[in-house]
Amino acid sequence: MEEILAYRSPSLLADIPSHYCPGCHHGTVHKLVAQCLEELGLGNDTICVGSIGCSVFIYNYILLDTVEAPHGRAPAVATGVKRSRPDKFVFTYQGDGDLASIGLAEIMHAANRGEKISVVFVNNTVYGMTGGQMAPTTMIGQKTTTCPGGRCADREGLPMKMAEIIAGLGGVSYSARVAVNNIKNFKKAKKALKKAFEIQISGKGFGFVEFLASCPTNWKMTSIAANERLEKEMIPFFPLGVFKDTQGES
Amino acid sequence: MSRIFIKGNVAISRGALDAGCRCYFGYPITPQNDIPEFMSKAMPEAGGEFVQAESEVAAANMLLGAGACGIRAMTSSSSPGMSLKQEAISYMAGSELPGVIVNMNRGGPGLGDIGPSQGDYFQSVKGGGHGDYRTLVLAPGTVQEAYDLTFLAFELAFAYRNPVLILGDAIIGQMQEPITPKEPVAVDAFEGGSWRLEGARDREPRILKSLYLTDGALAGHNLRLQEKYARARKECRYEEFMTDDAELIIVAYGSIGRIVKSTIRKLRKEGLKAGLVRPITLYPFPSEILKSLAGKGRKFLTIEHNMGQMVEDVRLSICGLAESGFYAQLPGNLPTPNDFEQPIIDALTER
Repeated sequence: MEEILAYRSPSLLADIPSHYCPGCHHGTVHKLVAQCLEELGLGNDTICVGSIGCSVFIYNYILLDTVEAPHGRAPAVATGVKRSRPDKFVFTYQGDGDLASIGLAEIMHAANRGEKISVVFVNNTVYGMTGGQMAPTTMIGQKTTTCPGGRCADREGLPMKMAEIIAGLGGVSYSARVAVNNIKNFKKAKKALKKAFEIQISGKGFGFVEFLASCPTNWKMTSIAANERLEKEMIPFFPLGVFKDTQGES
Repeated sequence: MSRIFIKGNVAISRGALDAGCRCYFGYPITPQNDIPEFMSKAMPEAGGEFVQAESEVAAANMLLGAGACGIRAMTSSSSPGMSLKQEAISYMAGSELPGVIVNMNRGGPGLGDIGPSQGDYFQSVKGGGHGDYRTLVLAPGTVQEAYDLTFLAFELAFAYRNPVLILGDAIIGQMQEPITPKEPVAVDAFEGGSWRLEGARDREPRILKSLYLTDGALAGHNLRLQEKYARARKECRYEEFMTDDAELIIVAYGSIGRIVKSTIRKLRKEGLKAGLVRPITLYPFPSEILKSLAGKGRKFLTIEHNMGQMVEDVRLSICGLAESGFYAQLPGNLPTPNDFEQPIIDALTER
């Protein structure tokens, strides 16, 4: 029988077991990042700026020169990297606590300066690594270990819509929100990520892609139920789409 | 090179430029604003980058990023801003990244004032942020030395892959003196070539990090760091002034060391035998010279522009051999050579 190659893992992805929980979307987003870098031929010239949270071990999975940034500071570290080596491709990979809470000043100003970097933002509405505390993106009514009765708008404010906020800043060339909960969304997500990367390659400025992601462990759900929650609860509040694209073709 | 007449802040900026610094990240705070102002023009002209960061937190993290690329880079601030930089400095020490950080020490605690002080000694020499680490600390006493030590700071930062701190104060920063600049350094394009990040072409990826979770890994990392700090002891620098026949050794650093020198000159004319040891590196601290002078039976007086910080290191250095008195020039008050006369006379005459 003739063998047909149906899938090849990107060579930038390490062939090792993952520490991510079953149903977590980090692994899928890692794969997308690796695929896009590989398809754009960037692997040899990329510097990855990691962050603090579940994805702190990104360097174990995506085989790139990587520097670990303090919590929330990846956009500032990436600024230092890109200003030092404008000839290199530079991206940050950050979660919602990292980017939208402790690192809000750094992401806003790096975006507003139009730093020629790409930001991969994974929003799963919860602090994962520390055990499921409330994040700035936690949904109204969502129970976490620090809002056990559910997030209340009056007490904790509304979830922050980062892709829209970033799109409103002058230095930003591209801002989109995507999801990887099904094949259709996965394909759109890949297109958006590639676009953000291409914008950096062409020197056009700051690219931002927010991934809606599931965290079955801290949502206390099965993987399938988590994917359904993402579709039914998250997407209506955090709409998918391109919020800014100065290069057209949105 | 012909002499130029410049402020201490400008001397540090020129020193950095001439030492090959090509990225500067800063945030406005008095009394060091001449540094970012100078660099905002000098860096682009030299083909480098200047970024006015959104905060001292961000500026220090930009320095971390530049350090990871093996680029000669600097940030500067003053005391309240230095507190904000400590997070990144700890990560840089933990990740073994080079970088130069300037602190033009002002009065504290809190917002304090904008005048000179040495209140950040502990923060500077004992680590400053979280974890077991040290920065190498250089304390200029003149504008020429501010320029020269900035060259040294970059050399040490790369030789030891460690953040290096230049600890001045509002006096050093604002004082204007003639200096002789050096020939600018031509930085080796391959500096840091064995560890810097530049894309993993034809080699294994490099990871610059401070997280060590596997059994024994962090213990081993901390041991390696301590071995490095032990190696750095040979970088110890100090100035001795009229110590040969001195009955009393005054220990003072930076601008205060220089002012004390004037006091000693005056007292010597009156026949009083006082001498000075002025530590130039505050970490590593020049313990050996103090210990050897203590072994010769000298008396000690530590003078600082704070409530008593370096005096602890002086006492540790001479422990079991001698004691050191302490005179506090109160932060908030500007020191003059006259201020130190009576404390020195008292220390010389006390039984």
